[in-house]
Amino acid sequence: MRPDFKSSRHPRPRSLLRIRALRAVAQRARAATTVACAVACGAALAQDGKVDPLAVGRQLLAEDNPGELWVQRGEKLFHAKRGPRQVSLEQCDFGLGPGKLTGAFPRLPRYFPDTGKVQDLESRLLTCMVELQGYARADIVKGAFSTLDHDSDMEALASFVASRSNGMSMNVQLDHEKEREMYKAGEYLFHRRSGPTDFACVTCHGDEGKRIRLQELPNMTDRKQIQAVVSGWPAYRGTQSTVRTMQHRLYDCNWQMRLPDLDFASDMSIALTTYLNYSGNGAVIQAPGVRR
Amino acid sequence: MAEPMKIRATVKGDVADIRVLIAHPMETGQRRDAKGELVPQHFIQSIVVTYNGKTVYTGQWSQAVSRNPVFAVRVRGAKAGDKVSVTWVDNKGDRRTDEKTVDAA
Repeated sequence: MRPDFKSSRHPRPRSLLRIRALRAVAQRARAATTVACAVACGAALAQDGKVDPLAVGRQLLAEDNPGELWVQRGEKLFHAKRGPRQVSLEQCDFGLGPGKLTGAFPRLPRYFPDTGKVQDLESRLLTCMVELQGYARADIVKGAFSTLDHDSDMEALASFVASRSNGMSMNVQLDHEKEREMYKAGEYLFHRRSGPTDFACVTCHGDEGKRIRLQELPNMTDRKQIQAVVSGWPAYRGTQSTVRTMQHRLYDCNWQMRLPDLDFASDMSIALTTYLNYSGNGAVIQAPGVRR
Repeated sequence: MAEPMKIRATVKGDVADIRVLIAHPMETGQRRDAKGELVPQHFIQSIVVTYNGKTVYTGQWSQAVSRNPVFAVRVRGAKAGDKVSVTWVDNKGDRRTDEKTVDAA
Protein backbone atom coordinates (compact mmCIF):
# COMPACT_ATOMS: atom_id res chain seq x y z
CA MET A 1 0.00 0.00 0.00
CA ARG A 2 1.32 3.42 -0.92
CA PRO A 3 0.81 6.32 1.44
CA ASP A 4 -2.43 7.94 0.47
CA PHE A 5 -2.36 11.50 1.67
CA LYS A 6 -6.02 12.02 0.87
CA SER A 7 -7.09 9.27 3.20
CA SER A 8 -5.00 11.02 5.86
CA ARG A 9 -3.70 7.74 7.10
CA HIS A 10 -0.34 9.32 6.50
CA PRO A 11 -1.35 12.93 6.84
CA ARG A 12 0.70 15.60 5.23
CA PRO A 13 3.16 17.25 7.56
CA ARG A 14 1.69 20.41 8.99
CA SER A 15 4.40 21.16 11.45
CA LEU A 16 6.39 23.67 9.45
CA LEU A 17 4.65 26.69 10.84
CA ARG A 18 4.90 25.27 14.26
CA ILE A 19 8.64 24.91 13.80
CA ARG A 20 8.84 28.45 12.47
CA ALA A 21 6.98 29.69 15.50
CA LEU A 22 9.31 27.75 17.76
CA ARG A 23 12.29 29.19 15.94
CA ALA A 24 10.94 32.67 16.57
CA VAL A 25 10.53 31.79 20.22
CA ALA A 26 14.09 30.48 20.23
CA GLN A 27 15.40 33.72 18.78
CA ARG A 28 13.56 35.74 21.33
CA ALA A 29 14.78 33.48 24.09
CA ARG A 30 18.37 33.89 22.92
CA ALA A 31 18.05 37.64 22.80
CA ALA A 32 16.42 37.82 26.17
CA THR A 33 18.76 35.77 28.28
CA THR A 34 22.11 34.06 28.07
CA VAL A 35 20.89 31.37 30.44
CA ALA A 36 18.57 30.03 27.74
CA CYS A 37 21.51 29.86 25.38
CA ALA A 38 23.64 28.01 27.87
CA VAL A 39 20.98 25.34 28.07
CA ALA A 40 20.03 25.22 24.41
CA CYS A 41 23.56 25.49 23.03
CA GLY A 42 24.72 22.82 25.43
CA ALA A 43 22.08 20.49 24.09
CA ALA A 44 23.04 21.38 20.53
CA LEU A 45 26.37 19.62 20.99
CA ALA A 46 25.77 15.92 20.43
CA GLN A 47 27.79 13.39 22.36
CA ASP A 48 30.27 12.87 19.54
CA GLY A 49 31.00 16.60 19.47
CA LYS A 50 29.10 17.21 16.24
CA VAL A 51 26.64 20.07 16.33
CA ASP A 52 23.06 18.87 16.08
CA PRO A 53 21.23 21.77 14.40
CA LEU A 54 17.83 20.41 15.41
CA ALA A 55 18.58 20.20 19.12
CA VAL A 56 17.23 23.66 19.93
CA GLY A 57 13.95 22.93 18.21
CA ARG A 58 13.73 19.52 19.82
CA GLN A 59 14.20 20.99 23.25
CA LEU A 60 11.57 23.66 22.70
CA LEU A 61 9.15 21.04 21.43
CA ALA A 62 9.83 18.88 24.47
CA GLU A 63 9.12 21.83 26.78
CA ASP A 64 5.80 22.56 25.13
CA ASN A 65 4.86 19.06 24.08
CA PRO A 66 1.45 19.04 22.39
CA GLY A 67 1.16 15.44 23.63
CA GLU A 68 0.07 17.00 26.93
CA LEU A 69 -3.26 17.74 25.26
CA TRP A 70 -3.72 14.02 24.65
CA VAL A 71 -2.92 13.26 28.29
CA GLN A 72 -5.54 15.79 29.34
CA ARG A 73 -8.14 14.28 27.02
CA GLY A 74 -7.17 10.73 28.00
CA GLU A 75 -7.66 11.51 31.67
CA LYS A 76 -11.16 12.77 31.00
CA LEU A 77 -12.00 9.74 28.86
CA PHE A 78 -10.61 7.37 31.47
CA HIS A 79 -12.88 8.64 34.23
CA ALA A 80 -15.94 9.23 32.05
CA LYS A 81 -18.85 6.79 32.06
CA ARG A 82 -18.86 5.68 28.43
CA GLY A 83 -19.82 2.91 26.06
CA PRO A 84 -22.97 0.79 25.86
CA ARG A 85 -22.67 -0.05 29.57
CA GLN A 86 -21.96 3.51 30.67
CA VAL A 87 -19.04 2.70 32.94
CA SER A 88 -15.62 4.30 33.31
CA LEU A 89 -12.26 2.57 32.95
CA GLU A 90 -11.51 3.08 36.63
CA GLN A 91 -11.84 -0.66 37.23
CA CYS A 92 -9.44 -1.55 34.43
CA ASP A 93 -6.59 -3.71 35.70
CA PHE A 94 -3.23 -3.02 34.09
CA GLY A 95 -1.49 -5.65 36.17
CA LEU A 96 -1.25 -3.95 39.56
CA GLY A 97 -4.94 -4.23 40.42
CA PRO A 98 -8.08 -2.41 39.23
CA GLY A 99 -7.50 1.29 38.69
CA LYS A 100 -3.85 1.21 39.78
CA LEU A 101 -2.02 3.19 37.11
CA THR A 102 1.19 4.40 38.70
CA GLY A 103 3.91 1.93 37.88
CA ALA A 104 1.71 -0.23 35.65
CA PHE A 105 3.04 0.87 32.26
CA PRO A 106 6.74 0.06 32.90
CA ARG A 107 5.78 -3.58 33.53
CA LEU A 108 3.97 -3.99 30.21
CA PRO A 109 3.65 -6.19 28.24
CA ARG A 110 2.84 -8.78 30.87
CA TYR A 111 0.72 -11.92 31.25
CA PHE A 112 -2.89 -11.40 32.35
CA PRO A 113 -4.63 -14.46 33.83
CA ASP A 114 -8.14 -13.17 32.99
CA THR A 115 -7.45 -13.16 29.25
CA GLY A 116 -4.77 -15.85 29.33
CA LYS A 117 -2.62 -13.62 27.15
CA VAL A 118 0.43 -11.43 27.22
CA GLN A 119 -0.83 -7.91 26.60
CA ASP A 120 0.70 -4.52 26.00
CA LEU A 121 -0.79 -1.19 27.00
CA GLU A 122 -3.01 -0.79 23.95
CA SER A 123 -4.32 -4.35 23.85
CA ARG A 124 -5.10 -4.15 27.57
CA LEU A 125 -7.02 -0.93 27.05
CA LEU A 126 -8.85 -2.68 24.23
CA THR A 127 -9.79 -5.54 26.55
CA CYS A 128 -11.14 -3.11 29.15
CA MET A 129 -13.10 -1.09 26.61
CA VAL A 130 -14.70 -4.31 25.35
CA GLU A 131 -15.18 -6.18 28.65
CA LEU A 132 -16.01 -3.27 30.95
CA GLN A 133 -17.59 -0.68 28.72
CA GLY A 134 -19.19 -3.02 26.19
CA TYR A 135 -17.71 -1.53 23.04
CA ALA A 136 -17.41 -3.73 19.97
CA ARG A 137 -13.83 -4.79 19.51
CA ALA A 138 -13.91 -4.15 15.75
CA ASP A 139 -15.04 -0.53 16.28
CA ILE A 140 -12.21 0.24 18.68
CA VAL A 141 -9.64 -1.40 16.41
CA LYS A 142 -10.96 0.50 13.41
CA GLY A 143 -10.58 3.83 15.16
CA ALA A 144 -7.40 3.07 17.06
CA PHE A 145 -5.22 5.19 14.77
CA SER A 146 -6.48 8.73 14.46
CA THR A 147 -6.64 10.60 11.19
CA LEU A 148 -7.08 14.32 10.64
CA ASP A 149 -10.79 13.56 10.35
CA HIS A 150 -11.31 11.62 13.54
CA ASP A 151 -9.66 11.51 16.95
CA SER A 152 -8.60 8.25 18.54
CA ASP A 153 -9.66 7.54 22.11
CA MET A 154 -6.98 4.85 22.18
CA GLU A 155 -4.18 7.33 21.54
CA ALA A 156 -5.46 9.66 24.26
CA LEU A 157 -6.01 6.87 26.81
CA ALA A 158 -2.60 5.30 26.13
CA SER A 159 -0.94 8.71 26.58
CA PHE A 160 -2.70 9.23 29.88
CA VAL A 161 -2.02 5.77 31.34
CA ALA A 162 1.64 5.78 30.25
CA SER A 163 2.20 9.28 31.60
CA ARG A 164 1.11 8.17 35.09
CA SER A 165 4.42 6.28 35.28
CA ASN A 166 6.65 9.16 34.16
CA GLY A 167 9.99 9.16 35.92
CA MET A 168 9.84 5.44 36.62
CA SER A 169 12.08 2.88 34.92
CA MET A 170 10.98 0.37 32.30
CA ASN A 171 10.94 -2.92 34.14
CA VAL A 172 9.47 -5.75 32.07
CA GLN A 173 9.71 -9.10 33.83
CA LEU A 174 9.68 -12.42 32.06
CA ASP A 175 8.34 -14.43 35.01
CA HIS A 176 5.55 -16.23 33.25
CA GLU A 177 6.24 -18.85 30.62
CA LYS A 178 4.01 -17.03 28.12
CA GLU A 179 6.00 -13.84 28.65
CA ARG A 180 9.20 -15.72 27.83
CA GLU A 181 7.53 -17.18 24.75
CA MET A 182 6.49 -13.72 23.62
CA TYR A 183 9.99 -12.38 24.17
CA LYS A 184 11.49 -15.25 22.15
CA ALA A 185 8.98 -14.71 19.35
CA GLY A 186 9.74 -11.00 19.36
CA GLU A 187 13.47 -11.58 19.22
CA TYR A 188 12.93 -13.95 16.29
CA LEU A 189 10.67 -11.51 14.45
CA PHE A 190 13.09 -8.65 15.01
CA HIS A 191 15.83 -10.58 13.22
CA ARG A 192 13.70 -12.52 10.70
CA ARG A 193 14.07 -11.26 7.12
CA SER A 194 10.86 -11.47 5.15
CA GLY A 195 8.66 -9.87 2.54
CA PRO A 196 9.38 -8.64 -0.98
CA THR A 197 12.34 -6.56 0.17
CA ASP A 198 13.82 -9.29 2.37
CA PHE A 199 13.98 -6.84 5.28
CA ALA A 200 14.09 -7.48 8.99
CA CYS A 201 13.80 -4.86 11.73
CA VAL A 202 17.50 -5.40 12.35
CA THR A 203 18.33 -4.48 8.73
CA CYS A 204 17.73 -0.84 9.61
CA HIS A 205 18.09 -0.95 13.38
CA GLY A 206 21.20 -3.09 13.88
CA ASP A 207 24.05 -0.72 12.99
CA GLU A 208 25.32 2.72 13.86
CA GLY A 209 24.75 5.69 11.61
CA LYS A 210 21.94 4.34 9.44
CA ARG A 211 19.37 6.70 8.04
CA ILE A 212 16.12 6.77 6.12
CA ARG A 213 16.39 9.96 4.06
CA LEU A 214 17.58 12.42 6.73
CA GLN A 215 16.09 10.55 9.64
CA GLU A 216 18.70 8.89 11.81
CA LEU A 217 17.75 5.39 12.86
CA PRO A 218 18.44 4.13 16.35
CA ASN A 219 20.60 1.04 16.64
CA MET A 220 18.33 -1.13 18.73
CA THR A 221 20.99 -3.67 19.52
CA ASP A 222 22.60 -0.95 21.66
CA ARG A 223 21.14 -0.73 25.16
CA LYS A 224 21.38 3.05 25.48
CA GLN A 225 19.72 3.63 22.14
CA ILE A 226 16.87 1.22 22.67
CA GLN A 227 16.27 2.79 26.07
CA ALA A 228 15.97 6.16 24.35
CA VAL A 229 13.33 4.60 22.10
CA VAL A 230 11.14 2.88 24.67
CA SER A 231 11.24 5.77 27.13
CA GLY A 232 9.28 8.01 24.79
CA TRP A 233 6.34 6.02 23.38
CA PRO A 234 3.48 6.85 23.05
CA ALA A 235 4.86 9.94 21.33
CA TYR A 236 3.57 13.14 19.77
CA ARG A 237 4.60 12.99 16.13
CA GLY A 238 5.13 16.40 14.60
CA THR A 239 4.74 15.12 11.05
CA GLN A 240 1.36 13.61 11.87
CA SER A 241 0.02 16.24 14.27
CA THR A 242 -1.03 13.54 16.70
CA VAL A 243 0.14 11.16 19.37
CA ARG A 244 1.02 7.72 18.06
CA THR A 245 1.39 4.59 20.13
CA MET A 246 3.96 1.82 19.84
CA GLN A 247 1.31 -0.19 17.97
CA HIS A 248 1.33 2.46 15.27
CA ARG A 249 5.12 2.64 15.22
CA LEU A 250 5.31 -1.09 14.56
CA TYR A 251 2.47 -0.94 12.04
CA ASP A 252 4.35 1.78 10.17
CA CYS A 253 7.66 -0.13 10.31
CA ASN A 254 5.86 -3.12 8.83
CA TRP A 255 4.43 -0.97 6.10
CA GLN A 256 7.86 0.51 5.39
CA MET A 257 9.18 -3.03 4.93
CA ARG A 258 6.25 -3.72 2.56
CA LEU A 259 4.99 -6.50 4.80
CA PRO A 260 1.25 -7.20 5.14
CA ASP A 261 -0.50 -4.74 7.45
CA LEU A 262 0.20 -5.48 11.10
CA ASP A 263 -3.11 -6.06 12.89
CA PHE A 264 -3.80 -3.84 15.88
CA ALA A 265 -3.08 -5.64 19.17
CA SER A 266 -1.97 -8.76 17.29
CA ASP A 267 0.33 -11.31 18.88
CA MET A 268 3.06 -10.27 16.48
CA SER A 269 2.89 -6.65 17.61
CA ILE A 270 2.90 -7.65 21.26
CA ALA A 271 5.81 -10.06 20.75
CA LEU A 272 7.89 -7.26 19.23
CA THR A 273 6.90 -4.86 22.00
CA THR A 274 7.83 -7.44 24.64
CA TYR A 275 11.24 -7.89 23.04
CA LEU A 276 11.84 -4.15 22.66
CA ASN A 277 10.59 -3.08 26.09
CA TYR A 278 12.50 -5.84 27.87
CA SER A 279 15.64 -4.89 25.96
CA GLY A 280 15.07 -1.31 27.05
CA ASN A 281 14.61 -2.11 30.74
CA GLY A 282 15.96 0.69 32.87
CA ALA A 283 14.78 3.40 30.49
CA VAL A 284 13.17 6.29 32.36
CA ILE A 285 9.61 6.74 31.11
CA GLN A 286 8.79 10.20 29.79
CA ALA A 287 5.49 9.80 27.97
CA PRO A 288 4.26 11.09 25.68
CA GLY A 289 7.60 11.65 24.02
CA VAL A 290 8.20 13.85 21.00
CA ARG A 291 9.15 12.36 17.67
CA ARG A 292 9.57 13.65 14.16
CA MET B 1 -16.91 22.08 23.37
CA ALA B 2 -13.29 22.99 22.97
CA GLU B 3 -10.66 21.22 25.01
CA PRO B 4 -8.91 23.25 27.71
CA MET B 5 -5.67 25.04 26.93
CA LYS B 6 -2.46 24.16 28.65
CA ILE B 7 -0.95 27.32 30.12
CA ARG B 8 2.45 27.59 31.76
CA ALA B 9 3.38 30.84 33.43
CA THR B 10 6.60 31.27 35.36
CA VAL B 11 8.27 34.41 36.61
CA LYS B 12 12.01 34.95 36.54
CA GLY B 13 13.26 38.25 37.91
CA ASP B 14 10.35 40.51 37.02
CA VAL B 15 9.56 38.87 33.67
CA ALA B 16 6.75 36.36 33.35
CA ASP B 17 7.16 33.77 30.63
CA ILE B 18 3.69 32.71 29.49
CA ARG B 19 3.40 29.71 27.20
CA VAL B 20 0.08 28.56 25.86
CA LEU B 21 -0.67 25.29 24.13
CA ILE B 22 -4.05 25.28 22.40
CA ALA B 23 -6.02 22.27 21.21
CA HIS B 24 -7.53 23.33 17.90
CA PRO B 25 -7.80 21.67 14.46
CA MET B 26 -6.89 24.90 12.60
CA GLU B 27 -8.32 23.69 9.30
CA THR B 28 -7.09 25.72 6.34
CA GLY B 29 -10.01 24.98 4.07
CA GLN B 30 -7.62 23.38 1.56
CA ARG B 31 -7.54 19.85 2.94
CA ARG B 32 -9.79 17.10 1.63
CA ASP B 33 -11.16 14.38 3.85
CA ALA B 34 -11.22 10.64 3.11
CA LYS B 35 -14.26 11.09 0.85
CA GLY B 36 -12.53 13.78 -1.18
CA GLU B 37 -14.67 16.61 0.19
CA LEU B 38 -13.04 19.88 1.16
CA VAL B 39 -12.88 20.31 4.91
CA PRO B 40 -14.29 23.74 5.74
CA GLN B 41 -12.07 26.38 7.28
CA HIS B 42 -11.94 26.23 11.04
CA PHE B 43 -9.33 28.36 12.69
CA ILE B 44 -8.74 30.69 15.59
CA GLN B 45 -9.41 34.27 14.54
CA SER B 46 -8.65 36.29 17.60
CA ILE B 47 -6.76 35.68 20.76
CA VAL B 48 -6.39 37.87 23.81
CA VAL B 49 -4.06 37.54 26.78
CA THR B 50 -4.83 39.53 29.89
CA TYR B 51 -2.50 39.97 32.83
CA ASN B 52 -4.16 40.87 36.12
CA GLY B 53 -7.15 41.96 34.07
CA LYS B 54 -5.12 44.21 31.76
CA THR B 55 -4.88 43.23 28.09
CA VAL B 56 -1.24 42.58 27.21
CA TYR B 57 -1.60 40.78 23.88
CA THR B 58 -4.19 40.68 21.16
CA GLY B 59 -3.72 38.71 17.99
CA GLN B 60 -5.58 38.22 14.75
CA TRP B 61 -4.67 34.75 13.65
CA SER B 62 -5.32 33.08 10.34
CA GLN B 63 -5.54 29.60 8.88
CA ALA B 64 -1.77 29.78 8.37
CA VAL B 65 -1.17 28.96 12.02
CA SER B 66 -0.52 25.28 12.73
CA ARG B 67 -2.79 22.69 14.28
CA ASN B 68 -2.57 22.63 18.09
CA PRO B 69 -0.55 25.83 18.14
CA VAL B 70 1.80 26.91 20.88
CA PHE B 71 2.70 30.52 21.47
CA ALA B 72 4.57 32.51 24.08
CA VAL B 73 4.47 36.04 25.44
CA ARG B 74 6.56 37.75 28.06
CA VAL B 75 5.32 40.32 30.51
CA ARG B 76 7.53 42.71 32.46
CA GLY B 77 6.83 43.83 36.00
CA ALA B 78 5.48 40.42 36.96
CA LYS B 79 5.43 38.57 40.23
CA ALA B 80 4.34 35.13 41.40
CA GLY B 81 0.63 34.92 42.11
CA ASP B 82 -0.37 37.20 39.23
CA LYS B 83 -3.33 36.07 37.14
CA VAL B 84 -3.09 35.26 33.45
CA SER B 85 -6.16 34.74 31.31
CA VAL B 86 -6.19 33.62 27.69
CA THR B 87 -9.23 33.75 25.41
CA TRP B 88 -9.56 32.63 21.83
CA VAL B 89 -12.46 32.87 19.40
CA ASP B 90 -12.56 30.91 16.16
CA ASN B 91 -14.35 31.55 12.86
CA LYS B 92 -17.25 29.31 13.87
CA GLY B 93 -17.86 31.34 16.99
CA ASP B 94 -16.45 28.72 19.34
CA ARG B 95 -14.52 30.26 22.17
CA ARG B 96 -12.58 29.23 25.20
CA THR B 97 -11.08 31.05 28.16
CA ASP B 98 -8.56 29.55 30.56
CA GLU B 99 -6.80 31.06 33.54
CA LYS B 100 -3.54 30.41 35.30
CA THR B 101 -1.75 31.78 38.31
CA VAL B 102 1.88 32.72 37.70
CA ASP B 103 4.33 30.38 39.43
CA ALA B 104 7.71 31.28 40.80
CA ALA B 105 10.46 29.87 38.60
